[in-house]
Amino acid sequence: MTAASHEVSEHHDEHESTGVENRKLAMWAFLSSEFLFFGALITNYLLYSSRTFEQGPTPAEIYDIPFTSVSSFVLLMSSLTMVLAHNALSRGDQGATRTWLLATAMLGSVFLAGQVFEFTEFITVQGMTMQTNPAASAFFVLTGFHGTHVAIGVIMLLSLFGLSKRMGGLTDKRFLNLELVGLYWHFVDIIWIVIFTVVYLLTAVPGAGG
Amino acid sequence: MTTTTARTTTIFRRPRSETGFWSWITTVDHKKIGIMYGYTAFIFFVIGGVEALLLRIHLASAESTFLTAADYNGLFTTHAVTMIFLVVMPMSAAFMNYLLPLMIGARDVAFPRLNALSYWVFLFGGIFLYSGLIFSSVVPPLGVTPGVTGNLDPSDARSFFGLPDGGWFMYQPNAGPAFSPGRALDFAVLGLQILGIASLLSSVNFIVTFFNLRAKGMRLLRVPVFIWMTLVVAFLLLFSLPIIAIALFMVIFDRQFGTLFFDATAGGDPILWQHLFWLFGHPEVYILILPAMGIVSEIIPVFSRKPLFGYAAVVFAGAGIAFLGFGVWAHHMFASGISTVAQVGFGLTTVAIAIPTGVKIFNWMATLWLGRIRLATPMLFALGFLTMFTIGGLSGVTHAVVPSDWQQHDTYYIVAHFHYVLFGGSILGIFGGLYYWFPKFSGRMLDERLGKIHFWLWMLGFNMTFAPMHWLGLQGMIRRTWRYDPSLEFWNRIVSVGAFIIALGLLVFMWNFYRSKRRGPLAGMDPWDARTLEWSIPNPTPVFNFAEVPVVHGLDEFWHQKYGEDKDGRPVRKDDADSTLTRLQEIGTNPPNPVHLPSPSYFPILMAAGLPLIAYGIIFHLSLFGKALIVVGALLSLAALIGWGSEPLEEAHMEPAHA
Repeated sequence: MTAASHEVSEHHDEHESTGVENRKLAMWAFLSSEFLFFGALITNYLLYSSRTFEQGPTPAEIYDIPFTSVSSFVLLMSSLTMVLAHNALSRGDQGATRTWLLATAMLGSVFLAGQVFEFTEFITVQGMTMQTNPAASAFFVLTGFHGTHVAIGVIMLLSLFGLSKRMGGLTDKRFLNLELVGLYWHFVDIIWIVIFTVVYLLTAVPGAGG
Repeated sequence: MTTTTARTTTIFRRPRSETGFWSWITTVDHKKIGIMYGYTAFIFFVIGGVEALLLRIHLASAESTFLTAADYNGLFTTHAVTMIFLVVMPMSAAFMNYLLPLMIGARDVAFPRLNALSYWVFLFGGIFLYSGLIFSSVVPPLGVTPGVTGNLDPSDARSFFGLPDGGWFMYQPNAGPAFSPGRALDFAVLGLQILGIASLLSSVNFIVTFFNLRAKGMRLLRVPVFIWMTLVVAFLLLFSLPIIAIALFMVIFDRQFGTLFFDATAGGDPILWQHLFWLFGHPEVYILILPAMGIVSEIIPVFSRKPLFGYAAVVFAGAGIAFLGFGVWAHHMFASGISTVAQVGFGLTTVAIAIPTGVKIFNWMATLWLGRIRLATPMLFALGFLTMFTIGGLSGVTHAVVPSDWQQHDTYYIVAHFHYVLFGGSILGIFGGLYYWFPKFSGRMLDERLGKIHFWLWMLGFNMTFAPMHWLGLQGMIRRTWRYDPSLEFWNRIVSVGAFIIALGLLVFMWNFYRSKRRGPLAGMDPWDARTLEWSIPNPTPVFNFAEVPVVHGLDEFWHQKYGEDKDGRPVRKDDADSTLTRLQEIGTNPPNPVHLPSPSYFPILMAAGLPLIAYGIIFHLSLFGKALIVVGALLSLAALIGWGSEPLEEAHMEPAHA
């Protein structure tokens, strides 16, 4: 935190202020909006997951819970490596920061690869596309939007990694950049915990799937 | 700090123009951005007004053939979308942009370039929405061949404009792929999506500005009511926009990529759309009215020469309206077959929301009470707001009574209600604000005589237009039909004449604006004997706002610099008030210390330009051209983002680094 606080006090210490840096406050505001974005998507899915349709299968019938558990675990671990990167930077250890950033991006990419595999499996093997029934539409759009968020996070992590090599490392101003990416990344993770619990575990039909 | 810019590699040389065309394209100054919001919204106001006049010409007789049915549908849809998203919201944004930093004693908003991005995204979103006129086509619903199947006459199905025709609410599946084929609605859906991005960026920006950039001593309960309403609206946008974003994504996926969210034949649920839409749509009506309430809360105290009665109550009432505003959405759906429990519940919350609204109205009235009232034009508009909005609010309460609402649903009674709150409320408030703050941005005064003519033409025209709609609706005249029972023709004629009187009033305003902007009397310092910080600096506002960042000691800071109190609590002008003003004028034009301002930038407009390209690409995604457009748009925005990130907010100054 110490490295960042210089930056904080630079412009606005004479003002009435929350003391939270502008960009960090903006990120919190944006993320609060994102909660409603995913809230609406998850609600859509839950509405349709309890209904039956002429056209099958529905996502709940074909979930591969063991597989998704593993990819969820991978994404959760990426939050740990993100914290380690943050920690390393607040110690001033540039080398370790780079390592953990790269590890976070890698774990995120593994999760995305898992999602690509899952989608391909559902579409080609199980015959469920987003045009099959409203539950399938809701599933693909929800998890697709989450995957997009993860992908954007991976790009931000890699940009940070790239920046850390140039222009004297991730000091001062860029410490905040890492904090912001961290906030976003943890948010994407938290949303996935909700999706995995509510959308996968609670609606899965026992004994089904492959 | 000094060395960083030399190393950054930007695509363009940093723009430097301070006047002329490029200064507007590259500006990050909240005042210029506010002015651009204002002019753009005004142009859309004229367009939306012309659409309304076309509708009223058509409706002047019961069996009119002036418009085809398809064009009638297109025009009432576009009129609503324009007035809500391209007029009232950006007009409010114009005031927020211009005044937020000035009223809290700041030099700019927290993120000046993000602010510019919001404007350009809004502008391109609006242009995109209207570009459907060129690229779109209205196709009859699936399975309907005009003249062969269905009851549609071929000549009625013909469309001259090709406007989106599903209503601003775009109920599904009517506005879905099966019943509204053709591209017109895609332009509306994606256009709204782009406009939503603009509003979201603004709301984040305003929230941070409010919380972090207030001048020293400007504690939360010293912030002017208009700025409080800006904050409340920002939170409303922040929490309601993601919901409509999802709903619009679902529609666009249904229309373009074959998902089945709202396809009733495949098990999709049309009521889901109504819930999502109104969960956004009802907070949206408070997004439209709260800024006008804020404006009126600034005008009434100044022209009553009294502090706002119950300042804190007005602020909390605004927040209360916003909070309750998320719990009333289903009162739009009493006729959609929702459960009795839901009907009772939403009926009660709808009654409850009248309470904070009533608190505000009584506080404004108490401010007028025993005030030394000056009936200048801004005050006339504020009083017009107070009376007309109250009528609209009262007819709104009648919708909370469920059985009564069943009678009124989809009739002209509803049209009367929401025009009383949106025109009689938002638009009158906004024009009051225009008359009040015109000297602030132009340095000149609007003509009072023409202003009063404008006001009385509007009061006459407005009530002629919308009052008869109450009884037309109660007599059973249905909304959104282009034919009606000939027995209702008389009052419809009155309504149509009223609409033209409103148009006449607007022409008077435009003439007044044009003339006063060039030759109006100079305003000098403090033309209205005002109370808030924005008037403590010269008119028009200098580019740096405050030569010296003010220190605030209480509510209505500027007033207390000019006025003390006698022993009965009556305001007495201080002996040195005039010399205070002269001093402020002098300091305000010649800052004692050099002021550093954020530098202009090309990147906001470039980044915004990518979005409509992506949207065109989605509409034409089946062709290679469409796919290419998506890639080009995304790359353009990305390149601008990289340029943005590698360019510092301010050019380096030759001064020792701080920190």
